[in-house]
This record gives sequence, structure tokens and C-alpha cells, in this order.
Amino acid sequence: MVRGLIKGLGWIADKMSRSRHAMRRQTILKIGLVVVIIFLVVTALAQYSWFTPYSPTKYRDAPRLQGPSLQHLMGTDQLQRDVFSRVLAGGKASLIVAFGAVALSMSIGSVLGWISGFTGGMLDRVLSLTMDAIYSFPSMILAITLVAMFGAGLGPMIWAVGFVYIPTYFRVTRAEVLQVRETTYVEAVRALGASKFRIIVRHVAPNTVNAIMAVSSFNLADAILTVAALSFLGFGLPPPAPDWGYDIQNGQKFLQSGSWWLITFPGVMIIALSLGFGLIGEGISDLVNPKRKRKRV
Amino acid sequence: MSGIGRYILQRLLLTIPMLFILLTVVFLILRVMPGDPVTAILGGRNVSPELMAEYRHKMGVDRPIPVQFVDYLSDIVRGDFGNSYSTSKPVVSEIFLRFPATLELAFFGLIFAWVFGFGTGLLAAVWADRPLDHAVRIFHIGSFAVPLFWLGLMLQVIFAVKLGWLPVATRVGGRIAFTFQAKTGFYLFDAIMSGNGKVIADVAKHLVLPSVTLGFAQAGLLGRMTRASMLEVLDADYVTTARAKGAKERVVIMSHALRNAFIPIVTVFGLQFAILMGGAVLTETVFSWPGIASFLVRSIEARDWPAIQGAIVFIAIFISLINLIVDITYSFIDPRVRY
Repeated sequence: MVRGLIKGLGWIADKMSRSRHAMRRQTILKIGLVVVIIFLVVTALAQYSWFTPYSPTKYRDAPRLQGPSLQHLMGTDQLQRDVFSRVLAGGKASLIVAFGAVALSMSIGSVLGWISGFTGGMLDRVLSLTMDAIYSFPSMILAITLVAMFGAGLGPMIWAVGFVYIPTYFRVTRAEVLQVRETTYVEAVRALGASKFRIIVRHVAPNTVNAIMAVSSFNLADAILTVAALSFLGFGLPPPAPDWGYDIQNGQKFLQSGSWWLITFPGVMIIALSLGFGLIGEGISDLVNPKRKRKRV
Repeated sequence: MSGIGRYILQRLLLTIPMLFILLTVVFLILRVMPGDPVTAILGGRNVSPELMAEYRHKMGVDRPIPVQFVDYLSDIVRGDFGNSYSTSKPVVSEIFLRFPATLELAFFGLIFAWVFGFGTGLLAAVWADRPLDHAVRIFHIGSFAVPLFWLGLMLQVIFAVKLGWLPVATRVGGRIAFTFQAKTGFYLFDAIMSGNGKVIADVAKHLVLPSVTLGFAQAGLLGRMTRASMLEVLDADYVTTARAKGAKERVVIMSHALRNAFIPIVTVFGLQFAILMGGAVLTETVFSWPGIASFLVRSIEARDWPAIQGAIVFIAIFISLINLIVDITYSFIDPRVRY
């Protein structure tokens, strides 16, 4: 087990050093990584009160409903809080849920995909049909239904959003496994008498990692939007916790009076973070599949 | 039976197990998860346990889950989706009351997405690797990252509140709503039938912002696919041949390349529709649009089990039908495809 872990890490390091050359020209990937890292650092630091210029949660810390000024860069809300401070701290739920949900769906979806693709037969047919049924249904509606049932908060959101993405990983890994399964080397390992478990874990699964990596970054970009939407609909963190989606919902009430800053800035943050993950996905796809780049997709 | 007829029949039969699985999942989740309709109806706390039990019995939710499920299935087969807990009206009629609103929104959203997405994708492909292409590609990638609900609100702020050109929300203006007769539920159609210019203009104006909001994300995806597919086709030998024959560039693009570039784009149309219905939830919420998606969200909040199940099954059937139509269209665009 430990030996396997060390070997696995060595394999990842090898992959990374080999891709370093390609990385040099990967501007898209770099921009994406920088954006995401900035967001991670700022959001983490903003949870401490010394980092934000004002308190993100304390009422009556500022004038009421004022547009952007030098004192309050992004204006203030109706409870007299500084919007800039709230925006800095407001990515916590999005990041936790996005990473949690993608990790959850990735592990469940890929394992099911490996098993289903490799074993075939009745199990494969039932699983594929189930996954297709979930996949063809609007993911946003499914996520809302689930989170409404599970209750609001971070944990339920991770489960709801994670569940929705399981078929994505299932389909990707299963498709790859179906190809790998027929190769000569898998046949050779089988002839040597390796167990099913060993073949899947050591010989089939590693071949699906590239595909999983590319899918997961696009998935993170999408998860950020889904979490924002759930918070917007009121299924996120309870107030007064700062959260982009919730803050936009709050800003909606003052839209008619022209308080544009309440919704504009949290929205820009969501776009930037989702775009960051999206660019990483683009970059990885180019790395994994160099033909794609030549095709100028 | 001819090939296409058999294919349609096969596909229709395949949707039955899919619907069954989806329905089972939803049915179980609703009953296993905390929160039940009786508490939601009676409002909780000060209600005696006896009254709760009486309601549970009356609604039939105190029976074992398998019994409820079989009962529900046999009702559905007969086209009876039960009555909504909140309005006591049949779920089917509640759905049909709201569905035209969603369909009208989706239709115009798609038109915007196609015109805008296809147009920008085509421009980018024809001027590949020029500044215009780069600008369009940045826009395409960026459009995936925009939350629909935020876009809707920003459009409201700019075009309704600040500029005052378009109405903020709903399907029809207050004054006109009094006399407006919605016969089919497709308001624009109804307005045109009424022949009143003012009414038509009002309904059309109400459609603009929601359609743009819903179509926006699709426009980016379609634009990207159009560009990629177009570039691939423009590299093909037969396009070079056409050019060598001396055909005008416009003719090469419009009549030689476009049709083949269309094939992969139409394929995603089915999946697009699923995303579109998901987007409709947010668009309908932001614009107070009385459609089926916002009906579903409200039913979920009220723990209105029959309404939730009915709406989900209805949406699933609708999406399967769209997918089927897409696959059939496919064989018309690409004559090599046979079923």
C-alpha cells in the first residue's frame, strides 16, 4: 500500500517534469493558475479581521447604501457594511463547495466508471442507463432539488453539487476504459494471471487520469457558477456570512433604486474565479491533447 | 417497418426505463430526506400530533414507501399525476398552465443564441487568427463564466432602471395585463392574434431581456463550436477544390462549407436544451416569469411532492423528445446517417 503510494507520487512528479517544457508556452494555463491562487490566498486571508479594511459582517460600520468612494471602494449596503470587505471574504463557500463537490463526484464517478467499463455485462448496462438518465436531466434543477431536500449549508451543497457531476466522470472514465481494455498489454497482464482489481488499479486507471484532470477543471468552473446560483436562491450560508451569491440576491432588492454596486462587484468576482478555472481547463486540454491546439479550437 | 420508423420506436421505448429510473430516484429522495409536506402545509410548531397524523393519513403519505410508489406509478401510467398539495388542483393542469411561458422563453432564448453564437463563430472562423478572431474567442470563453442570474440583473439595471428602454420583469405590462387575453399561453402569439399594435409591442419588449439572458451562455458555446467546426471544414480537400475551380469565397463558405460544419453543431443541440431548462430556473426567478421552472422551485420549497414529481417527469419527457427530434434532423442534414 505504502509502496504503491510512493510509486504513484513518483508517477505524478514524472508527468509534471515532462510537461514542464510544454508549460513554458502555456500562457493560458499560467493566467488561470495565477487567478485561482490569488483567489485562494485572498479568500483565506479575508477570513481574518486584520486583512479586510472594514468588518464584512458588523452592522453600522459605514454609511447606508452609498455608491463607491475612496473610503468604500465598492460602496456600502443597506445594513451599513462595506461591500469591498464582503466581496474579499465572500468566496469561502464557493471555493469549499466547488472543491469538495468535484472531489466527491470525481472519486465516486471514476471508480464506478472503471468498474463498469472493465466488467461490462449487466452491471455496465444498468449503471450506464442510470447515469444517462441523471446526465440528460438539467443539472441546475437537480442540484436545486437536492439541496432543498438536504437543507441549506456547506455540507448539503457539497453533496448536492457533487451528486450532479458524478455522471460526467463516469462517462469520461468508462469511455477511456473501453479503449484501454482492448489493448495488447492489458491482455498480456491478464494472461500473466493478474487479478481484476490489480488490472483496474495499476493498468487501466492511470490511463484515464489525463481525461479526468481536464474535465475536473472545467467542472470546477461550472461548480462555482452552480454554487453561486444556489446561494442566490437562498440555499447557501446563512446570513450575515459574506457570500457572493447571497449578496447579489440581497442587492436585487435595491435594484429599482439604482444601487448597482451591490450586485456588480460580487458578480465580477464570480466571473473572474470561474474564468480562472476555465482557463486552467483550456490549458490542460491543450497539454493533454496537442492536436487540439493545432486545430486552433 | 422502414429504418427511420423503427429507430423512432426504439428510442421511444428506451426513454421508458430512463424515465422510470429518474422517477424512482426523485421519489426516494423526496421521501427519505427530512422535511415532509404535512409540516410544510400546517406550518409546524403549534400543531397537535393527532392533526398531523390525520393529515398524513388523508394525503396517503403514512403508508409504506413501496406501496406509495406502486400506487403513484399506476396513476402516472393512466396520465394522473395527482393533485398539488398547495393548490389542490391537478398537477397536469398546473404544468400546462405554465409550460407555454417556459417554451416561449426557451424559443426566443435559442433564437438569440443561434443568431448571435453562429454569427460570431462564423466571423471568427473566416477571419481566423486576426484581431477580430481573438476578440470573439475571448468573448466565447468568457461567456461560460458569467452567472445567468447576475447577467439578468445587470441587464435590468442598465436597460430597465438606468435607460428605461425595456420593462424590468414579468410577461406583460400592468395596464395591458388587465385586458390581455391569453388563449394559448404563448403571449406573443396571443398578442399578434389580438391585432393590437400596442399589445404586441409591449409583449415583445418584455421578451427581450429574459431571452438574451437565457441565450447568452448558449451563444458562447455555439459560437465556439461553429468556429472549430468551420475551421475543420475549411481545411478539407473539397473546399480547396471548390476554391481552385474559381468559386467565389462567399459561395465557398455559404454553400460548400456551412452545411458540413453544421453537423456537429446540431448534435449538441439536445444537450443544450437540458442546460437551457436549467438556465430557465434562474432566468424565470430573476424576471418573475411564471414558467414551469420557477413553479418547480416554489414546489420544492413547499415540499409539494406531487408537483415536484410531475414537473420533473414532464421536463424529462420534454428533453427526451427534443433529443429524439435532434437525432432525426441529423439524418436530414447528413444523408450518410441512416437509422
